[in-house]
Amino acid sequence: MWVRTWVVFAAVCLAATTAAAQKPPANEDCLACHGDASLKRDDGRSLAVDPSHFQSSIHGPLACVDCHAALAKASDFPHDARVARVQCATCHDDISGKYHDSIHGWAKDKAGLTVAPSCTDCHGTHDIRAHTDAASRVYRNKVPATCGSCHAGIREQYNRGVHGAALKKGSTGAPICVDCHSAHSIARTDTDKWRLSVTAECGTCHATVADSFRRTFHGKVTELGFGRVAACADCHGAHEVLPPSNPASTVAPAHLVETCGRCHQGVNAKFTQYDPHPNPRDYRRSAALWWANRFYWVLIPGCFGFFGLHSLLWYRRTRLEDKQA
Amino acid sequence: MTSATLDIQPLEERAAAVAAAAEIHIRRFDGATRALHVVVMTSFLALAATGMPLLFSDAPWARALARLFGGFYGAGIVHRAFGSVLLLSVVWHLADVGWRSIVRGERGLFWGPDSMVPQPRDFVNLWRQIKWFFEQGPPPKFERFTYWEKFDYWAVLWGTALMGAAGLVLWFPIAASRVLPGWMFNLALFVHGAEATLAIVFIFAVHFFNGHLRPGQFPMDMAIFTGSVPETELKHKRAAQYERLVAAGQLASLAVDAPSPRVLARGRVVGTIGLAVGLTLFVLILSATLQ
Repeated sequence: MWVRTWVVFAAVCLAATTAAAQKPPANEDCLACHGDASLKRDDGRSLAVDPSHFQSSIHGPLACVDCHAALAKASDFPHDARVARVQCATCHDDISGKYHDSIHGWAKDKAGLTVAPSCTDCHGTHDIRAHTDAASRVYRNKVPATCGSCHAGIREQYNRGVHGAALKKGSTGAPICVDCHSAHSIARTDTDKWRLSVTAECGTCHATVADSFRRTFHGKVTELGFGRVAACADCHGAHEVLPPSNPASTVAPAHLVETCGRCHQGVNAKFTQYDPHPNPRDYRRSAALWWANRFYWVLIPGCFGFFGLHSLLWYRRTRLEDKQA
Repeated sequence: MTSATLDIQPLEERAAAVAAAAEIHIRRFDGATRALHVVVMTSFLALAATGMPLLFSDAPWARALARLFGGFYGAGIVHRAFGSVLLLSVVWHLADVGWRSIVRGERGLFWGPDSMVPQPRDFVNLWRQIKWFFEQGPPPKFERFTYWEKFDYWAVLWGTALMGAAGLVLWFPIAASRVLPGWMFNLALFVHGAEATLAIVFIFAVHFFNGHLRPGQFPMDMAIFTGSVPETELKHKRAAQYERLVAAGQLASLAVDAPSPRVLARGRVVGTIGLAVGLTLFVLILSATLQ
């Protein structure tokens, strides 16, 4: 936090010193025109800035020309209609780097997808607030709506699922888009690296379930970095996660043959009696596994205990014999 | 003068080597048994090396070991191939025992001094061995197969049957689920892993020590590679068998030439590779368990 305060302080100082030399327009000068709520561009887009919005934003202490740097040296007003874009990277260069490497940055920079979001599409412009500020567009419970302004279909799925419902109920722990996808480093979701990282993310809340998954063939292969086997989202769904008790769930008993069958072609109902989250210590979950676990807990230590002792005594006895000889 | 400078071995040692080479050897394993040991040994090591990355998937070496076989997918193919070899070798062995007892009417396969079936004598020998450990008596006189050798034999047979069955269920899940309920996959994976831990550590710690690394055998017992043991060694280590053969006048019929240097060298190379690979895998398991 102190870094940001320092940057703001430095920017203000810089603004103050340059003001002394060149007298760039002050915020009041800008607001003389842009404070007029009816100010519009030729194409009808509003050019108004609500001073109260700006002052209560996280950038409130800054001068207009700190961001609209191209106008710092302007002396003729009204200025040209075309003004250079604001460069958030001037201050937020680390985040800018992540953004340009992300799928959103790639879409905008390289693929020419003009609707791909840039900073302001998620954070706003003059009303930017910290993500910890409940009024911010990137505050936890607003994030699904903010992402959903483009990803509307996924927003609907998310809202129908348990995670969306929990968020709506006010849960602070319910996962939101950025918990799995990150805020600025959003990557393709079909890479092994990404798929494997999400499993760990689910485990931050669902610790016992993730632990039991790690014991399965699916979990062990996933741990080896092989992404072609089922991880959490492959069975439970990614955005519309529903409990098995919900008939619409992919893991509801009626849907298991279909869900398992997406990878295991030709499965029957017997196949789906497989437990994807086994726990050998839970007798009620699986008596067979519990007994097998017990059996090997006796057999393995018994075997090694006996033969370990046998070897030690043997070694000692032969050494003794060598000494006597 | 010239010959003296070329002599690297001291004279007594050379004389001992010549005597050993000239010494009568007694047949212990036939060719088929030795071949079976090499096949089982090779497939066991390969199965351990390709299965361990999965069993210890969270160990720091898991990915590197899998990569040695072309990643998880390649390791899976190698694992299935050698699993088939091991299963087939056990099937072959059982068929061979069946053929020898039923068709050829061989006696003593299932009972007696040449049998792998535990005998009352084995329990007595175990008791005497323990007494000997504590200096309470002389070491037992062993027959052709000792109690720890029989334990190894049955452990491999039982382990291969169980792990083979579990492995086939996991290899062909769709076919298996036509007859078995799905929770059998959970059981099969658990048993395959637990039995593997038991088998690997047993072979690499207990079998290696008893069979090869213990004082008196160190660095390895060559009989399983050459097929024969020197007469003096048999007399010393398997006194009961030696006395029985002498009493029955059968010793001469089992006498063979000492193994040629080539056979010995080949056995040492194969045995050393097996021991080295096995001990390396054993250290990896220890490091993963103690982590």
